[in-house]
Amino acid sequence: MQALYSAPETLIRTPSHYCPGCGHGIAHRLLAEIIDELGIRGKTIGLAPVGCSVLAYNYLDIDMCEAAHGRPPAIATGIKRVHPDNIVFTYQGDGDLAAIGMAEIVHAASRAENITVIFINNAIYGMTNGQLAPTTLLNQRTTTTPEGRDPLTHGYPIRICELLATLEGASFLARTSLSSPKDVSQTKEALKKGFKTQIEKKGFSLIEVLSPCPVYWRMSPVESLKFIEEKMTQTFPLGVFKDWEKTVSAPGGQATKV
Amino acid sequence: MARVSIAVGLCKGCELCIPFCPHDSLTMSRHLNEHGLPTVYFKEDHPCSGCKYCAVMCPEAAIEIFK
Ligand SMILES: Cc1ncc(C[n+]2csc(CCOP(=O)(O)OP(=O)(O)O)c2C)c(N)n1
Ligand code: SF4
Ligand code: SF4
Ligand code: SF4
Ligand SMILES: [Mg+2]
Repeated sequence: MQALYSAPETLIRTPSHYCPGCGHGIAHRLLAEIIDELGIRGKTIGLAPVGCSVLAYNYLDIDMCEAAHGRPPAIATGIKRVHPDNIVFTYQGDGDLAAIGMAEIVHAASRAENITVIFINNAIYGMTNGQLAPTTLLNQRTTTTPEGRDPLTHGYPIRICELLATLEGASFLARTSLSSPKDVSQTKEALKKGFKTQIEKKGFSLIEVLSPCPVYWRMSPVESLKFIEEKMTQTFPLGVFKDWEKTVSAPGGQATKV
Repeated sequence: MARVSIAVGLCKGCELCIPFCPHDSLTMSRHLNEHGLPTVYFKEDHPCSGCKYCAVMCPEAAIEIFK
């Protein structure tokens, strides 16, 4: 029998701590597939965040380091500058990257650090029981916005790709989703492009992945995919916001389909 | 004709693999795995085109496909 699909070698196949249907598992698998395909397992260093993916190093058979909440881009900066031949990525949730870590991500991008950022936007603080995140949609119910996010009290959702697209230091910025096999495949292509950006020393890359958190969205995993497709992409349009290989570099980001 | 193998000990019964199968070849089993979680199974009498949609969606990398 010939294998048409087998799990990537970089992925440690062990029961994960993630809830059923969690997007982190899909993103980990894609990351492992890319590391295998690019043949960079021996020289890749990952930074895990604080959030549900705090234990990402249990599932990826590469060197990994843990950062304080929101600080992976700062640690990645140090590691990459000392070891420029290694491939360095951060893996961060939306609480980690867009709330407590907003300063670190903005400055890493503006310094054009040659690192790759995987930004898992699930519009919620998963790990701490489903509080509002900067990326929570308007009217979305969370444990801290039980009546739904009201902009007058809780502010508006932050669009990270559009925000960073205003910085000259960012070389590749894309937003993709995990809501269908086609979208997962496009996410893989975008992640690969992010690694390619770093390998070719083109500077800062970030891929924002719209990812399901069925438990704190209070829906089934399959309903969560519909929620991404029908609701989340209204606030967070998919597309490439900056690409050093093409001329997609409109500040504020006129989104172009990946 | 391809066939799918599911690592029952990794499956969490999230069902993300089920709706994307063009041949309706995956369904929930009544058996719980060793962690007490529901799991899916491949209907041996159904076709499988080897499209990999199920494996692409699986958050647990529980699915492998053979030809
Ligand atoms: C300095 C500090 N502040 C607050 C916390 C509490 N905390 C842990 S995880 C988290 C948010 C995680 O949300 P996100 O980054 O979106 O990750 P997710 O769990 O949704 O993947 C917070 C606020 C902490 N661990 N450390
Ligand atoms: S709480 Fe949400 S993000 Fe965290 S493991 Fe569960 S589904 Fe995933
Ligand atoms: S590979 Fe395609 S046809 Fe075969 S079980 Fe999976 S989704 Fe169905
Ligand atoms: S997607 Fe994976 S974990 Fe979810 S039910 Fe299917 S085989 Fe099990
Ligand atoms: Mg989150």
